[in-house]
This record gives sequence, structure tokens and C-alpha cells, in this order.
Amino acid sequence: MAELTYIEAINSALREELARDRGVYVIGEDVALGGPFGATKGLAAEFGERRVVNTPISEGAIMGLATGAAAMGLRPVIEVMFVDFITLAMDQLVNHAAKLHYMSGGQLGIPLTVRVQQGAAGNGGAQHSQSLEAWFIHVPGLKVVMPSNPADAKGLLTAAIRDDSPVICIEHRALYWTRGEVPDGEHTIPIGRAALRRPGKDVTLVATSRMVEVALEVAGTLANEGIEVEVIDPRSLLPLDLDTITASLRKTGRLVIAHEAVEGAGFGAELLAQVQEAAFDYLDAPIARVGAPFAPVPASPVLEQAFVPGAERLAGAVRKVVLGA
Amino acid sequence: MLRLLRTMWTIRAFEEKVSELFGRREVHGLLHLSIGQEAVAAGACAALRTTDRVVSGHRPHGHAIAKGVDIASLFAELAGRETGCCRGKGGSMHLAAPTTGFVTATGIVGGNVALALGVAFACKEREKQEVAAVFFGDGAGQSGAFHESLNIAALWKLPLLFICENNGYAEFTPLSAHTPISQLARHAETYGIPSATVDGNDVLAVRTAISDAAARARAGGGPSFIECMTYRLRGHYEGDPAKYRELSELSDWKTKDPIRRFAATLVKKGTCTHEQMRAVEAEARASVEAAAQKASTGAWPSVDEVTTLVYAG
Ligand SMILES: Cc1ncc(C[n+]2csc(CCOP(=O)(O)OP(=O)(O)O)c2C)c(N)n1
Repeated sequence: MAELTYIEAINSALREELARDRGVYVIGEDVALGGPFGATKGLAAEFGERRVVNTPISEGAIMGLATGAAAMGLRPVIEVMFVDFITLAMDQLVNHAAKLHYMSGGQLGIPLTVRVQQGAAGNGGAQHSQSLEAWFIHVPGLKVVMPSNPADAKGLLTAAIRDDSPVICIEHRALYWTRGEVPDGEHTIPIGRAALRRPGKDVTLVATSRMVEVALEVAGTLANEGIEVEVIDPRSLLPLDLDTITASLRKTGRLVIAHEAVEGAGFGAELLAQVQEAAFDYLDAPIARVGAPFAPVPASPVLEQAFVPGAERLAGAVRKVVLGA
Repeated sequence: MLRLLRTMWTIRAFEEKVSELFGRREVHGLLHLSIGQEAVAAGACAALRTTDRVVSGHRPHGHAIAKGVDIASLFAELAGRETGCCRGKGGSMHLAAPTTGFVTATGIVGGNVALALGVAFACKEREKQEVAAVFFGDGAGQSGAFHESLNIAALWKLPLLFICENNGYAEFTPLSAHTPISQLARHAETYGIPSATVDGNDVLAVRTAISDAAARARAGGGPSFIECMTYRLRGHYEGDPAKYRELSELSDWKTKDPIRRFAATLVKKGTCTHEQMRAVEAEARASVEAAAQKASTGAWPSVDEVTTLVYAG
């Protein structure tokens, strides 16, 4: 075990996979120079600019390039600098990468990894702070993972690179410089397996990405009030480990879902629907969702802070579900 | 020479049969036929090796046939049968047969160009002297994907042949209403890509231009742009009455029919006789009939297949 930052963990996954498999390529804007956040630092020096490839600012063509190369059997890992910019690459991602395996009757594999970061942190405003994971979980053919800590950042990214389907690794910018223990050497986490972050018997709190940290803080606070919160981190939104969540509900009978993306038509809505279909009988209270309000992300520090769902709001929602109105 | 003629006749016969079957509702979907444009597919693919890769767009039948995809599997795909090249999951605009080098087609105008960039990137990295070729229409020339891809292909010297089939129309609109650029090959100049505008109804001219471009790409010279001036003799899609163009224009282009033109040239040069010409056509039509017949008996996919192959592995 070594203590690494989230961004160092990503860097180490990329380095190990570049070393392990000649078919792996790291492609994106400024990646040969380390990238704007340092995820690809040192890789070009070690593996050469033929495998760590700088691109022009052409998100659509980069996604197409990576998809076409993946269809030919390479394993490109592309970096899209902000999830907000993936809008320019949606055609290639949704119409091509996600569907070519299916449309070709299984003849083409698309072992493509898309690394992208998102989240409201640093007052970037409405075009540099969104959380768009719900867009991708609506697309059959894509897999979507959201690591919440350094160990998962490495394990999920490694698994994504080795996967034969397109996987989007959605990182959270605010987690980049957080530290955590990361297993030494090869570390993979199967895509589609949730993690129990804290056991509890009164209520299940499913939280994604940076909200896991907030959920654990809330669980600590509520423990003092006699409420035992079980925190589950799905890690992979698509495919989703519903079994782990329903198993928890069997014990707790109550569910709160927390994500940073806006609530409307978000992952929470989907999970809520799946849970009521699969586990209605376990439920003792209505399910609550906690997400951002339905607005673009505002720039002002005061407004951004009010936008991001915080511990107080989340604690309030959990109390309400456990204690009633 | 006869091989070129045979390929063109096969494409023509295939497309005519598709039209007939569509009328009988035996093939389905949004069908874009390439009647009149056969020389581009046949000439270009004749200049490529089996190991070279092709990406096509929404009008892909001719390209697939010229690249050597089994015709019965194409008919079966259009008919929605399990025996189709994509098990009935692709359809006309999404044909794929990677073992023949026909990587895929796509129904997204311009999307093929960006995909082909990656195919060419992989060809370069594999270091086996393979080249990639992408077929697209004049309508794709105004898309962002097109310009982004030209730039990157030029910058990285990718072994990619941009083959533009300029048939003068995008759906119902003439090119002049979509762009002030009359020759799309001029876009290539901007990016420093060698280019040529050729008579796309002259199969030998196409073959020569593509051969030169492929040789350049194999030698590490990077991409080329070949604009083939041609015309589609049918509507944009099956069922399109094509009222947006003058009948005189159509009849004018009919006199430039690429197949009859090439056949006449061959006879004139004494390469072969009228009888041999007719025999080539007859053989092509017979093989197409047989393939259509074979496809019509293919099994339907099981409805369980709706949710299979969404993910690899
Ligand atoms: C991105 C996109 N926009 C619009 C369409 C609808 N569409 C299908 S074919 C076509 C015209 C394409 O013209 P061109 O590229 O010249 O090819 P041609 O049909 O002449 O072969 C259009 C607009 C599409 N398929 N994809």
C-alpha cells in the first residue's frame, strides 16, 4: 500500500497499462505535456509521443479517432478535459462507439476508455462544472464508472482499459488532490460491483463520486444522534450493482440517494425506479433524492456553494426518511 | 479490366434488385442506392489491397460489394435476417464485414470521416503498410467532423484516402446552396493534402488516382483527397421522386453512365467483344439473383437477439 493522490493513482494506472500492453494509447489535448491536471505527467517521456499523443482541440474527431482505432483492436484511452466539452463528441460516443459492436453483429469490439472529469469546484461556472453522468447511463453499449477515492480511481481505470466495451471513467476534479491508500502494483476493480463504505442498520445512503465523502461525514454526524447510516458507493453506474443495494434495503428498509448532478432525470431517478421495481416490499418509507437544484452551475462562490448538495441538506433528507416528517 | 466491369455490373444489379425487393417489402429501411456511382466504388477498391480498410457512409452497398463482402450476406442484412453480415442488427446504413477490410458504414453524415481517422491511425501503428479509405458525399464536406479530420490526418501524416463522391446533391439540395466552394478538393489544399478532382464516371481514372494516393500513403506520404465527380441516377433514397432536379440533367448524366461508357471503351479498344460484354452483365445478374434467392431463405433472428451483443464479451 502506498498513499497516493487520486490524480497520482490515475497516473499510475495509465503508466502500468501503457507498459503492459503495446495496444494502449493515451490521447488528448496536452496529454503529452502532462495534461491540465497532471494525470498524464511523465508518460510521454517514458513511452514516447507516439503512444502519448497530443491532439488539436477537436473533441469530435478525437472521439472518432479513438473509436475507429478501437474498432481496429487498439486500446485508446482518451482524455476529455471537462465533461462539458464531451458535448462536441457526443455523435462519435453515442452513435458510433456505443453501437458499433451491436450494429456489426458482434464483429467489432470497441475497447475504448474515455477519461473525463467533472463537478462544481473552483467557480468555473456553468460550462466547466456540470455533472453529466445521467446522459451516458441512458446509452446502451456504454459503461460508466465514477471513482470516489484514489484506490478506486486506479482499480476502475485499469479495469476500464482492459474492457472490450467503451467505458467512461468520470473523475471528480475536487477529488484530484485527495489522498488515500492504493494497493501496490496491479490493481483492478471489476466494473459493476458496489462498495459498502460504512455499515449501518437504519437507512441506506447511496452516494456517488464526491458525495461519498459527504455521505460518510453525514453518517458520522447522525451516529451521534442514534441513526445508523449504511453508506454504499455504487462505483459503477452502468452496469449497476442493484443486488448490493437491495440487500442493504432488506436490512434498513429506507433509502436516500445522493449525487452532485441536478436531481431532475438524474441517476437518482433511475435508481429509485429500479429499487421500487425490485425491492418495493423492503421499503418502509418513501425514497429521497438529494442532488443539485435544477439550474446551470452558477459562478459566484456563494452561489456555487449553495448549488452543490452539502452535508446539511443530506443529513436533513436522511433524518426525514428515518424519523418521518 | 473485365474484373472492373464485373464489379460495376454486380453493384448495378444488386441495387436494382434491392429496389425491386423494396417494392415487395422484402428488404427494409432507409435505402440509399448508388446507381450511377458504381465507377467510384469499383475503381477505388480495385486500387486497394484486401488488407486495406474501408469506411463508408449512408450509401454503402457499392463500397461493400467492391471490397468483397459476400452479396448474399448483404441481401440478408437488408432483409433483416440472421444470416445478414451483421446478424440483422445493422441494416443498410450500418453494414460491417471487417474480415474483408470493410470496417463499417455509418448513417451519420460526416461521422465516417472521423472514424476513418482512427482506422488510419491504427493502420499506421500496425506498420503493415495498410491504408484506410473513407467514402463520403459532398454533403459531408460541410461538417465539422470532416474539417477536424482533414486537419489531423494532415498533421499526423495518416495513411488515409479521403474519397469524396461529389454527386452534386445532398438529399434534395444542390451543393451550390450548401457551400460557396465548388470543388471540395480545395479544402484539402488548405490543409496541405495532395488532391485530385477526377471524372468519377471513368472507372480507370478513379483507379489511377486511388492507386497513386495509396502508393503515397504506403510510402509514408500521408493522406490524399480524391474528389470523384459523379451523379446518382436514382432519388436520394428509395421512394424519393427527385423532383428537385431537371429531367434534362438526368438524361444528360444517363449518357455518361459509367458502366456503358467503360464497356464501350473496352469494345472500341478491342479488349473484348460485345458478346463478352454481355456475358459479364449476364453473369453478374445471375450471381445477384442467386444471392438474393439464398438470402430470402435465411432464418429470422430470434427475438432474444434484441438484447444480445450490447456489450462485448
Ligand atoms: C449528421 C446527419 N445529418 C443529416 C442526415 C440526413 N441525411 C442523410 S443523407 C443526407 C445527405 C448527404 O449528402 P451527401 O453527403 O452529399 O451524400 P449523398 O447522399 O449525395 O450520397 C442527409 C442530410 C444524416 N444522416 N446525418
